[in-house]
Amino acid sequence: MPTLIRFRDGGFSQEDGALRLLADDEATPESGAMLLTLDRFQTEGCAHLDDGRRVGVLLQPDDDPLALASDLNRLAVVALAFPKFRDGRPYSAAMLLRTRWGYAGELRAVGDVLREQAREMLRCGFDAFEPADGSTSQEWTAAAGRYRHTYQRAADARAPAFIEREAQ
Amino acid sequence: MSLYAYDQIDREMLQDRSAEFRGQVTRRMAGDLTEDQFKPLRLMNGLYLQLHAYMLRVAIPYGSLDSRQMRALAAIAREYDKGYGHFTTRTNIQYHWIKLKDAPDILDRLAAVDLHAIQTSGNCIRNTTSDPYSDATAEEADDPRVWCEAIRQWSTFHPEFTYLPRKFKIAVTASAKDRTAARAHDIGLKLRRGRDGTLGFEVMVGGGMGRTPYLGATIREHLPVASLLSYLTAILRVYNRLGRRDNIYKARIKVLVAATGADEFARLVEAEWRALDQAAIDLPDVELARIRGAFGIVPFESLPARSETFEAAKVADLHFARFVRNNVAPHKVPGYAIVNVALKAPGETPGDATANQMDVIANLAERYGHDDIRVTHAQNLVLPHVKLDDLPVVHAELQRHGLASPNVDLVTDIIACPGLDYCALANARAIPIAQDIARRFADPDLAEDVGELKIKISGCINACGHHHVGHIGILGVDKKGEEFYQLSLGGSGAEDASLASILGPALKADAVAPAVEHLVAAYRRERREGERFLDTYRRLGPAPFKEAVYADAYTI
Repeated sequence: MPTLIRFRDGGFSQEDGALRLLADDEATPESGAMLLTLDRFQTEGCAHLDDGRRVGVLLQPDDDPLALASDLNRLAVVALAFPKFRDGRPYSAAMLLRTRWGYAGELRAVGDVLREQAREMLRCGFDAFEPADGSTSQEWTAAAGRYRHTYQRAADARAPAFIEREAQ
Repeated sequence: MSLYAYDQIDREMLQDRSAEFRGQVTRRMAGDLTEDQFKPLRLMNGLYLQLHAYMLRVAIPYGSLDSRQMRALAAIAREYDKGYGHFTTRTNIQYHWIKLKDAPDILDRLAAVDLHAIQTSGNCIRNTTSDPYSDATAEEADDPRVWCEAIRQWSTFHPEFTYLPRKFKIAVTASAKDRTAARAHDIGLKLRRGRDGTLGFEVMVGGGMGRTPYLGATIREHLPVASLLSYLTAILRVYNRLGRRDNIYKARIKVLVAATGADEFARLVEAEWRALDQAAIDLPDVELARIRGAFGIVPFESLPARSETFEAAKVADLHFARFVRNNVAPHKVPGYAIVNVALKAPGETPGDATANQMDVIANLAERYGHDDIRVTHAQNLVLPHVKLDDLPVVHAELQRHGLASPNVDLVTDIIACPGLDYCALANARAIPIAQDIARRFADPDLAEDVGELKIKISGCINACGHHHVGHIGILGVDKKGEEFYQLSLGGSGAEDASLASILGPALKADAVAPAVEHLVAAYRRERREGERFLDTYRRLGPAPFKEAVYADAYTI
């Protein structure tokens, strides 16, 4: 089972138990949580949610996160896929989910996820990570904490420089 | 003081970056990172692996430097490179002979004078360029540097826009005469006053060079200045989500704008902008005022508009008179002038300056130029605030150090990319072609008679030498292992922007400079009173020029 790094209450921690993605032709498990592709979610997701199952959705960069808008607050996880680390679309998707559509649940980065992206991901609203480089929560803590300041507002609570300056 | 003064926050950002990069280099040198893993990290710090060595590109935000910074650049050239640096069309400076182990120390040295290499490469928002005459020309609607600095801060480590489909370049101008090539940028911003007197930006999107050149389309005529950052966020978000990522040559925003159509693209941006929390992104007035104040005010003296020293020197020294005609522009304050320092001495590499020359410029700026130095996108330098009384002394000192080429915007003021002499992407050399042309027009009377003629040379289709917007554009191509050059005519990156058209079959390297001579001869034969080369070409079309080149130049 892949390692999952979570950001919670200002710190990173490590746990097992990343949700497993169900392939589109795979039978639905009897019980427990499940991660579905957007296609599969759109056909059967509501039924599982209505049964009280924990359901997450994996969005590829091409998927429009707006497709989830009406179900967002019933989802256990929204996972955004990084097919390559330099595919930047999930950052915008994360920003929209957090700052426009009010998604407050777990937002997970999966795929080509490297610790060098910790800061950008965190700032755009991700709070769970499946690293592809074997990195640990200590390494994520170090990577995310390298900068004392930031210049712009994002989806996190950090005050940008222009607010820090106002307070001085 | 004439430069945005960094505060503690700005400085700590650079220190943190420097420390982060040192750690990454240490991991690479210890073998904990492979070159594949290290590559994206070093690229974020402007460190390229080129043909012979590492190349480090240092950002010069909106092309503004003070003497202290110029001296630091000179010291780095001396201690870590071969004694020179290369100023680029993005108004940055590159060092071509850097050792990996030195890179972290160099970044520390840069950070000590508020300089850095952040976002000088990679698919992110690059250094914003601006008018080298800002705060010195009477033409401008406002000081564009204030807005450039706002963009610098907003775009630095922007978490959402660090992995764009492709690199992203912004230019800001505030004058009718465009010295930034705004329409050749991913975003060009033109500051002006609306009919109601308010300041706004004309927003042009989707210009760019490369293998498919486009001029930017205006998607907003008058964006209120206070909304700049939220509007840029909207443009970047639309691009980040919809720009192509399947083909590196179709990934720039110009391709998205062309495919979507400018009107539809504008609609998408406006919709995104209205949905944004603008107040969270746009700088509050107090911060804008702080940035403006941090530039300080140049303490100009009250001087007569006419300087007797200056007038007498023009009569006494023909070289000085020529320099004044070609390299000196009027200043907004009586008794002052804007001085262009061309890094285009005949036979030299366009944009190169030695460490000694950098020190000379630094000293002149400090003593005679209110400590202000600018880099232009034409790879020259500018001393924006020099007293007319001091011009003869400044000229003499420039002359002593090979910096007084009186050829700004003339045929020998050539833009060229590093080409195959340095660059791993190039198909052909660019620098020797520039040198060859410059030698043939070394007679300054001839160059002056020919007048404004912008030659731009790129060593490959990536078009770093901006050949698409050259009055004469020259593109190096590889044909079966031999270097050939394609000529294009009629381009302009200025306020009369246009793209050049290919003239005819490509030429061998030694036929390029003779072809330029033929083109110039045809122009001098055909020109009407007051016409530049570009004007004559636009009036007559390619026919007389085509004939001039291909009638007797030896072709493939």
